[in-house]
Amino acid sequence: MRLKLEKRPAPSTFMLIATPIASVLLTMLIGVIVFDAIGIAGERAVIDIFLTPILASYKWQDVAVKAAPLIIIALGLSIGNRAQIWNIGAEGQYVLGALAAAGVGIAAGPDASSLTLIPMILAGILGGAAWAAIPAFLKTRWDVNEILSSLMLTYVSFQVLGYLVGGPWQDPNGRNFPATAPLPEQLTLPILFQGTTVHLGVAIALILPFVFWLVMSRSVFGFQIRVVGSAPHAARHGGFDAKQTIWAALLIGGGMAGLAGALEFTGSLKAVNLGFPSGYGFTAIIVAFLGRLHPIGCLIAGFVLAVTYVGGQVAQTTVHIPNATAGIFQAMMLFFILASDILIRYRVRIVKAKGAHA
Amino acid sequence: MSPEFIIAAIVTIVGLTTPILLAGLGELVTEKSGVLNLGVEGMMLMGAIAGFAITAFTFNPWLGVLGAAAGGALSSMLFAVLVLQLNSNQVATGLALSIFGTGLSSLIGNAFTGRIVPQFGSIFPAALAKDPIWKLVFGYSPLVYFALAMIPLTAWFLKSTRAGLILRAVGENDHSAHSIGYSVTGVRYAAIAFGGAMAGIGGAYFSMVITPMWAEKMTAGRGWIALALVVFAGWRTGRLLAGAYFFGFLMWLELFAKANGFGNSLPFLQDIPSQVWAAMPYVMTIAALTLISSRGNVGASAPACLGKPFLPST
Repeated sequence: MRLKLEKRPAPSTFMLIATPIASVLLTMLIGVIVFDAIGIAGERAVIDIFLTPILASYKWQDVAVKAAPLIIIALGLSIGNRAQIWNIGAEGQYVLGALAAAGVGIAAGPDASSLTLIPMILAGILGGAAWAAIPAFLKTRWDVNEILSSLMLTYVSFQVLGYLVGGPWQDPNGRNFPATAPLPEQLTLPILFQGTTVHLGVAIALILPFVFWLVMSRSVFGFQIRVVGSAPHAARHGGFDAKQTIWAALLIGGGMAGLAGALEFTGSLKAVNLGFPSGYGFTAIIVAFLGRLHPIGCLIAGFVLAVTYVGGQVAQTTVHIPNATAGIFQAMMLFFILASDILIRYRVRIVKAKGAHA
Repeated sequence: MSPEFIIAAIVTIVGLTTPILLAGLGELVTEKSGVLNLGVEGMMLMGAIAGFAITAFTFNPWLGVLGAAAGGALSSMLFAVLVLQLNSNQVATGLALSIFGTGLSSLIGNAFTGRIVPQFGSIFPAALAKDPIWKLVFGYSPLVYFALAMIPLTAWFLKSTRAGLILRAVGENDHSAHSIGYSVTGVRYAAIAFGGAMAGIGGAYFSMVITPMWAEKMTAGRGWIALALVVFAGWRTGRLLAGAYFFGFLMWLELFAKANGFGNSLPFLQDIPSQVWAAMPYVMTIAALTLISSRGNVGASAPACLGKPFLPST
């Protein structure tokens, strides 16, 4: 007896939506079993990681603030992934976005008006896009693999960060700690609800998915991206320029990551230090896949992943497991979603081995 | 520059190079079979904790290294099943493996925090291994010699054995290899397992040789340097060895610039920030990749099927 895959006439919409949900549930189930097996209270750990942040209202602001950069970065990455352009350097583009915003802030000085926030955010978008332009240029000019180049550039960006915050941009009053000076009050993003940490970036992260949805479903550009990804030959016949698509995919991915970096800097952290790259750019890849590369999917998936981040911190204090444990659950979700991808386009049939020589 | 300075520098460089050489060699074989596994960092950490845990239980570092290889190989099988059996996207699956390995090693390692494990003794007589000059040749951990021995062995395997030829054929043209009756999936399983085992041993170098203690995320991103190394070397074993030592040299320059400054020893390097050295391996890898992609006649090229899923037509 063995399993046989049979191609479906059309991709299954049911599977498209059901598999991400099943992936999250399976992750929780396996989590309980595995954690129990290694002698950690599994139910407690899984409840704390997946449910406590949702049930405890005082955790909501943390979830929202963590979800914002994940959603924004994932939106940009989804465009690229749909066109089969694999930008895995969003982490670096996120760092460059924050640095560009910080540079404008520093140049404007401590007495700058609050309107300076606008060029700071725009600089963030441009900074991220510029960093992503390098793999785009290399790919369109010399066919350099963008997976490898964008990944390598992420590690270069960490050194750019280290140099700037430990050198020319270091806070002179910071006791030699490698970080920029904290932003003056008027250059930080407005808080949406007084007494919380929920800043304007969260609102942007809630609105952008609908903008992306509209653009992807209604515009020629959205059509082009979808055609290039699913039927490259047809795209060429239809006159869509492959190079143009590569540029668009990477610049949008980089621009969104840069925007996320600038918002995280001006809204949450208010200074850039060596700890700024916290892995959002990589986790956003999970968000994009879990969200099925759909803008609204990214919105929901961004919240799911943010819950695991916040929940990881909860579990750290309740069941004394390291913070990094949340990564196990995040990776498991991605494993399950990737494993179930095949169910969208194929039907699984059980065939008897004897005589069934295909 | 005093002789002591040079000897100390070489010993440090050998230590910095060995983990990326081990992990890079494993990844090279995996990629030669047409599979891009971005999970090196995760597999190294799984090897690091597996090696540490086995040594902690058995008090035998040799068994520890076997455990590290098994830990790395086992975690690579997670990737292999998804990529080979379910045709999942290699890039995303590899990244997931890195995140998974980082998390799981932290969780397992939590129970070992603060413990110290016995280290390897020298495999050479103490008179040689401790001698101020001869330690340059005889004073290293057995893993250093293992890494160096694996280079010609792997080169010979890939170039001169039937199995190596099949492995390369699978990486260059999976459909042809399949049609003449070779098992593409089987070969790739083996290549991924080898990559995992070598990454695991490379990771164990951190937890068993550099320090006999466990620390979360102790491989500190070297898995990504190992990935860069394979590309920088143009997928060739000889160049991998040279490239690894060159990257090791750059890492030493970074450490040195951070810790001491070059002051008296190498005054002309004084004004270069340490970050330049740290970024160099990645920048040079992009440059090498660009050269390989644009010219194609630099004696190196990426395996033709690298990163592409194999879907047999029958």
